[in-house]
Amino acid sequence: MSSAPLLQIGDLSVSYPSRAGTTRALDGVSLDLSPGEFLGIVGESGSGKTQLLLAMLGLNAQGAQLAGSISYRGQELVGAGQRVMAQVRGRRIGMIFQDPMTALNPYLTIGTQVTEGVRQHYGLGRKAAHRRAVELLEAVQIPEPERRLGQHPHELSGGMRQRIVIAMALICEPEILLADEPTTALDVTVQAQILALLRELRTRTRAAIVLVTHDLGVIAEVADRVLVMYAGRVVEQAGVEQLFASARHPYTLGLRRSIAELDGPLPERLPSIGGNPPNPAALPPGCAFAPRCAHAFERCLSMPPPLLSVAPGHARACYFEGAL
Amino acid sequence: MSEAVLTVQGLTVRFALAGARHRVLQAVTDVSFSLPRGETLGIVGESGSGKSTIARALLRLVPASAGVARFKGINLLALEHEPLRRMREHLQIIFQDPLASLDPRMRVSQIIEEPLLEFRPRLDAQARRTVVLSTMERVGLLQSHLNRYPHEFSGGQAQRIGIARALVLEPELLVCDEPISALDVSIKSQIANLLKDLQRQLHLSVLFIAHDLAAVRFSCERVLVLYLGRVMEIAPRDALFSAPQHPYTRALLQSVPIPDPRRARARREAPLGGEIPSPLTPPSGCVFRTRCPIAEARCAEQVPALRVVGSSQVACHRAGEQELGR
Repeated sequence: MSSAPLLQIGDLSVSYPSRAGTTRALDGVSLDLSPGEFLGIVGESGSGKTQLLLAMLGLNAQGAQLAGSISYRGQELVGAGQRVMAQVRGRRIGMIFQDPMTALNPYLTIGTQVTEGVRQHYGLGRKAAHRRAVELLEAVQIPEPERRLGQHPHELSGGMRQRIVIAMALICEPEILLADEPTTALDVTVQAQILALLRELRTRTRAAIVLVTHDLGVIAEVADRVLVMYAGRVVEQAGVEQLFASARHPYTLGLRRSIAELDGPLPERLPSIGGNPPNPAALPPGCAFAPRCAHAFERCLSMPPPLLSVAPGHARACYFEGAL
Repeated sequence: MSEAVLTVQGLTVRFALAGARHRVLQAVTDVSFSLPRGETLGIVGESGSGKSTIARALLRLVPASAGVARFKGINLLALEHEPLRRMREHLQIIFQDPLASLDPRMRVSQIIEEPLLEFRPRLDAQARRTVVLSTMERVGLLQSHLNRYPHEFSGGQAQRIGIARALVLEPELLVCDEPISALDVSIKSQIANLLKDLQRQLHLSVLFIAHDLAAVRFSCERVLVLYLGRVMEIAPRDALFSAPQHPYTRALLQSVPIPDPRRARARREAPLGGEIPSPLTPPSGCVFRTRCPIAEARCAEQVPALRVVGSSQVACHRAGEQELGR
């Protein structure tokens, strides 16, 4: 990637102190995002993937303590005031949430909700805002956009609602589009449509897209580069082909092997990762994956392994040197 | 094929809509299939296809409007209250959301023991405890879990509790309604393996309802594909996945993300357009025709009957035509 990063995150931690002790939701995460890049972040519940997206928007829950840096075109967002964040949110960084039904206001028409953003950001008059709203619905391939603008969310299908949410994220032509499990609530045929739309939008608008998912299949379909997260840390980072061809972290490999496939020989048993995902409020002192890892040895139990480069563009956080 | 443990014919479920005069939602239309003893039949379809409604109608959790479901020679859909209650001993269900389906105020021991209190009144406390413990061991729970409450468990562990409760009476027929779809990725395969092991050890007959096609391929011997309440295709597993006969089955299989970036991006087919129509206004003729890439005039006029093509039963006027070869 030749161009300067759009967004640089350095050693970012998010923790939630409480009487019962501090829950560390994110621990020392660093990443660079280049213009036009499609970055996939994969992890299970509690991996910190959603916390990372929320931090980029300054939307972590109340009581969250952030440390480290999020630099957007040289501007520091950690600790920035509400006014700065409001500028960045929506205008420079757009967000697509998982459940389109809860992201939309059920009482307002689609038109009101889409044009609200347009008018707020650009100070357009009613007619101009309406025209822009129609263009946006066309951009996300919604048929009969004029008619849709007069409808309420419950009158639309799940896929159509998610297209509206995407259209709203595009209102201000953001440079970065964040998508949190945007297809998880959708049927598989509609998921394929939305993934095709995101790919097409990336090409057409040149926006960088950060897509968070638990589904490695989705990652394989759309991402250029992948971050694998576990218990608040990045455990592996690689180009998408590298990650699928030669994963170097036992967790990544375990995830990949445990996917049931539609073709090829049918295994007698699915390979699985034993144990359960860790409790973010009670993480072990060493590598959080060690209790589930077949390769763990003494060293893994004392200190979490740092994320170190293993090949150009490929890094992992693991002490085990042998063959996986 | 061995003898069928469950035979369903013409199952239809309609819901009258409140407030609307004569407005009827037809969730399931004329569904027929049989489940051979000791087999797992997958029922797949998108949301709104009626797959959960079939399960609920068979268990009499929603009333069927028409049809027969013969289980052990008896029509489940016509059973009166008391014989139905007794029949439940042999028919159990596992739900999608394990935590929501367990009573948060009950301890694990009480949850798993409850069916025994209802159906095995002669067992004393000691005997019940023995059965509970052996069932827990079967599903991978520890004795130390006995006195805990559901909220103390992760999703995968909670699903094991739900499975133990369903199996404690040693039912003949187990209905699994999306048993692994709410679980974390690393846990899904644990539970899929567990269900397969249990099915074999206990010779269970299983209806496995899921939208995850790869999970269905792993778990099921035969697969029924449902769309807008109607059967599109029923086929043995290998036939369905290697030579799907219905255009909807093909579209579904093509929509599943391929966990290999090179193959995923080499795929040429455009995704299937549109979405499942409202069951309030189903299309005439074949319900899939509004999204079907090969629909023609007759598809709007006649509902295609299920017929045999290759090793599948398919409801498509054009199935089997030469040019449809993939």
